[in-house]
Amino acid sequence: MNRLTSLLGAAVASLALFAGAASAQQITGAGATFPAPVYTKWGEAVKAAIGIQLNYQAIGSGGGINQITNRTVDFGATDAPMPNDRIASGNIVQVPTVIGGVVPIVNIPGVADDALKLTGELLAEIYLGKITKWNDTKIVELNRGVALPNLAIAPAYRADGSGTTFVFTSYLSAVSPEWKEKVGAATSVKWVVGNGARGNDGVAATVRQVRGGIGYVESAFATQNKLSATQLRNRAGQFVAASLDSFSAAADNGDWSANPNFAVNLIDTQGATSWPIVSATFILLPKDAKDESRTANVLKFFDWAYTNGDKIARELEYVPLPQKVKDAARATWRAQLKY
Amino acid sequence: MSQTALSAHQLTSRKSRLSGDAIFAGAALVSGVFVLLLLGAIILSLFIGGWPAFHAFGLSFVTNVDWDPVQDVFGAAVSIYGTVLTSIIALVIAVPLAFGVAFYLTEVAPTWLRRPVGTAIELLAAVPSIIYGMWGFYVIVPLMSQTIQPAVIETFEGIPVLETLFAGPPFGTGLFTASLILAVMVLPFIAATMRDVFLTVPPVFKESAYGVGATTWEVMRSIVIPYTRISVVGGIMLGLGRALGETMAVTFVIGNTNRIATSLFGPGNTIASIVALEFPESPAGSLKLASLLALGFILFVISFIVLAISRVLLKPRTGG
Repeated sequence: MNRLTSLLGAAVASLALFAGAASAQQITGAGATFPAPVYTKWGEAVKAAIGIQLNYQAIGSGGGINQITNRTVDFGATDAPMPNDRIASGNIVQVPTVIGGVVPIVNIPGVADDALKLTGELLAEIYLGKITKWNDTKIVELNRGVALPNLAIAPAYRADGSGTTFVFTSYLSAVSPEWKEKVGAATSVKWVVGNGARGNDGVAATVRQVRGGIGYVESAFATQNKLSATQLRNRAGQFVAASLDSFSAAADNGDWSANPNFAVNLIDTQGATSWPIVSATFILLPKDAKDESRTANVLKFFDWAYTNGDKIARELEYVPLPQKVKDAARATWRAQLKY
Repeated sequence: MSQTALSAHQLTSRKSRLSGDAIFAGAALVSGVFVLLLLGAIILSLFIGGWPAFHAFGLSFVTNVDWDPVQDVFGAAVSIYGTVLTSIIALVIAVPLAFGVAFYLTEVAPTWLRRPVGTAIELLAAVPSIIYGMWGFYVIVPLMSQTIQPAVIETFEGIPVLETLFAGPPFGTGLFTASLILAVMVLPFIAATMRDVFLTVPPVFKESAYGVGATTWEVMRSIVIPYTRISVVGGIMLGLGRALGETMAVTFVIGNTNRIATSLFGPGNTIASIVALEFPESPAGSLKLASLLALGFILFVISFIVLAISRVLLKPRTGG
């Protein structure tokens, strides 16, 4: 009997929830998987605060660009900035929302978290198949005092097209001319060595399962899976560990006004404490929305997130935008969007 | 009066029966034509969607081993190789096992055991492929990478052909692991079909054979198999069809690499897996999307070739 009443209670509660959802103002977005966790958490907070319900589908940046170009969603989301000509032809406004870091992870017996030091050039050589053992002299030279075993390096990468891959290969292209020439940067590339796995969790699991494994994931996945991250040498020549502080330093050192449409390049920025593999993620809004009230709600949503969402973002290991960038983004949408 | 009424009644019922026949025949015709149209429409839309890729690369699309989204160069050779190879290895593993299961269930097993084992086989067929993928990735892959592959690689080291066929590094994933998972997935289909058709053999045939002193194996080989050959091949083709198109489970364990691996432990990909992985990041109107649709078309063609081969294999003996 008791169980029955509690079941009934749950049914009534879920019905009420459903009705509440239906009466709330809905906005729809689709695109990048990279910021999906923070958009989801912001969605819960925004719904509680101002009653706007976000329905976000993490279908990938390419899909997000397609959907907003076809105007099937209220906003699109992408990790790689949309090309300027397509922004112009699509009648779209692009603003950044949040910043994140990509972290190399390794599985070497006896090597602790943040203990191994690598450079971008070495990462490129590993992924080009030129360095194949963990006790290669080039790695040993950088890591005096770390016991590196005679173990084959097993590189893992994202098999699905992803913004994370775009950020990582952009970094390798920036620091290694050979990588830039032979492979290049894109959401999926022609990998030279290694094994592909699906999603951040797939890469994390592959690295955890294979002795000698190396991979790259969004920073939150490295922490959650208790995987050993590596230090990287930044442009200033300093070895830094991946942390919110080093991601923030990169964001502060980025030249946000260098490119139109906020297409900032946060890869390998200046600054002694900057983490070198950092990227912003963007939303795309239509200038000619059929229903202007929906655009207004999208902007209310992100305005709330800019003002109140920093704590949530940090908890999920994303870096909030610098204040000046938030101000510039607000000014942009006020000037260019009707709502 | 009553007689005329009766005959009128008979007439209408006869009429309605006639029109019922006509409606049924029409509906059946529509269903048949609809399936044909649907198939044609799918093939056509895949071909049209993939046309930019065929146009840009020509026949070399099929033979090119490159898949380079940065340079916009796409070739299907590696995925075709992976698709065909994993499916064949899966059948090589699954068919003898399925035969054993079906043979056991129809001829050897005690009656009380037949139903539970048979149900278990059917349940295996109902497991969603994502479950096989997770199981493969979290159970089989670590087992392969930590125990089986290192041992096999070590054993065959120095033996000419086997050495390259089973070369490391032991990632655990790869063509062989994918084939293994596929074998487990197609086994229930083939076994269930074989069991069902073995049961259709008239008992009098088998009893006569036993009567002249044949052993169980001889009855199987000389009576049951010849009698059910066509259906057995059909069951195998059903399994092959599933293996060719399987997506999720393969994606988890094959290593997703666009290189031709000479080692069975090496990574690869299949047509279905590359389409599933690359689709979300393929902008509309891009050559990449066209190439993925072209791959879909090629998978269709491969399935047709498989069907055609099975028909040819069966023809000489069924002709009589």
